[in-house]
Amino acid sequence: MTERLEVRISGRFLRVWQRNLRVYRKSWKISFIPPFLEPLFYLIAFGVGMSGLVGTLRYQGSDISYVRFIAPALIGMSIMYNSFFETTYASFVRMYYQKTFDAMLATPLSLEEVITGEIVWGATKSLIAAAIMMVVIGSFGLIRFPEGLLLLPLAMLGGIAFASVGMFFTGSVANIEMFNLPVFLFVTPMFLFSGTFFPLENLPLWAQQFALVFPLTHLTNLARAFSFGHVDLSQLWGVGYLLLFSLVFFPLAILKMDRRLIK
Amino acid sequence: MKGAPTHFSGPYIIEAENVFKKFGDLVAVNGISFQVATGECFGILGPNGAGKTTTIRMVYGFSPMSGGRLKVFGLDISRDWRRIKSRIGVCQQENSVDPDLTVLQNLEVFARYFDIPKKEAREKATELLDFIALGHRSNAPVTELSGGMMRRLVLARSLINDPDLLVLDEPTTGLDPQSRHQLWARLEELRGRGISILLTTHYMEEASRLCDRLIIIDHGLILVEGRPGELIQKHVGKNVIEIAQPANELRSFIQSRQLPYEDLGHRLIVYCEDRGELYQRITRDFCKEGCVMRSATLEDVFLKLTGRELRE
Repeated sequence: MTERLEVRISGRFLRVWQRNLRVYRKSWKISFIPPFLEPLFYLIAFGVGMSGLVGTLRYQGSDISYVRFIAPALIGMSIMYNSFFETTYASFVRMYYQKTFDAMLATPLSLEEVITGEIVWGATKSLIAAAIMMVVIGSFGLIRFPEGLLLLPLAMLGGIAFASVGMFFTGSVANIEMFNLPVFLFVTPMFLFSGTFFPLENLPLWAQQFALVFPLTHLTNLARAFSFGHVDLSQLWGVGYLLLFSLVFFPLAILKMDRRLIK
Repeated sequence: MKGAPTHFSGPYIIEAENVFKKFGDLVAVNGISFQVATGECFGILGPNGAGKTTTIRMVYGFSPMSGGRLKVFGLDISRDWRRIKSRIGVCQQENSVDPDLTVLQNLEVFARYFDIPKKEAREKATELLDFIALGHRSNAPVTELSGGMMRRLVLARSLINDPDLLVLDEPTTGLDPQSRHQLWARLEELRGRGISILLTTHYMEEASRLCDRLIIIDHGLILVEGRPGELIQKHVGKNVIEIAQPANELRSFIQSRQLPYEDLGHRLIVYCEDRGELYQRITRDFCKEGCVMRSATLEDVFLKLTGRELRE
């Protein structure tokens, strides 16, 4: 049993990451389109279509336009979606249908390295998406630089958090259809109630407090602060929460995948 | 293949001692011991669910053992798993080729899992594609390959690290005869180069052709161990006479001769050392047709030892 307790992660997890990058590079032109077009669609819909209805809103004591309010949240959501969907649906396909992990486990790679490679890859996809969106949103003058560059490490941190919880679900679900459950019970409520489309202050106090459980709430707050150029120490709480969330779900993901794959 | 600098040279490449594996309450491997000599091709045969795949998965470090000791290259599998795994090549039962990559990329990416440098990986991959006669398809997506080509690609992939030990889990299951013979030819070539092979198969012909020694296991236990020819001689004898739709007089005749036989109702199988006298007697006196004499095979041994009931 001792061999299961020892640390089995080395830098070799990068080989798994490189495998995914290699596959990604084959179709990067197509993969680049969604993060490029998505913010455009949202900005047009909310900036043109809904600005007459919303106009400006009050956020942390100042009046800002609705477009300026939701633009950073779009980046936050994209960070969540890219890593979460990578380590759920995409990893499940590799694990279950393509037997990619089985093949990797017949090499000097350990299970821990395979899973770490997958999670870091999921976070990398968040990073790529965030970077592309920053170019688009930034070109509308909606991100203040250089503070806005902090969105990049934030994408990596948020990516690790959501990739880890995604991988945890991949280790838990019986079949691919069952991902509907975490998507509807976890991702969709976060998408709507994490201060993304309206300030959390509009909600009753209990709901505001409950929303603090959602990692996306912290991710959105941080993305908004960095985009507005507000950087201060109070943001360490949000960073700390995302870190803690990752530190809980990363080992849980490995544990679940170990139970699932190692027979 | 250019010789790798350090090949294993101890007497035994695998030493399994009382290896045990449980899945919950189910005992899959019930304490088996065997040794595979360096350079040998060793077969593990057995009906479905006998514990073949479980055993070899423990050998290549995929499944942790529930008990016992297992040494590969003289190293302990539970401690030195990474060193052991870096010197083994594995063909798993399912074709786990990477459908997101081309034929060549499959080999290159796999080489990287072994930390083989990029340039060397490309050279090695190209060389192996020629070895399995897939050089002309190197840029094809693997989804375009036939079953036989896919299997050969899996074999090539398992050779990417110049392994000292090749582990093959039912390498030819589902292949057409041409593909099967091609794969056998490649495996025989590898054996000629001195690579050790651990093989499971359902095809007795395959085991007879490739294996120096083999074990037949059932219900997680070893039933017999030995060389294919010796096992046939010991458990079945030289020849087998098969009689379709045997008449009752024939049954009494066989019984009176006190020969080992099996009665399947519609078919009678008689094991004998006979050179033809018995066969002539049977065809002359009891049945004009539906009676054949053939050499005994490993399949006779297998069915005799593991029974004829379906395992599902």
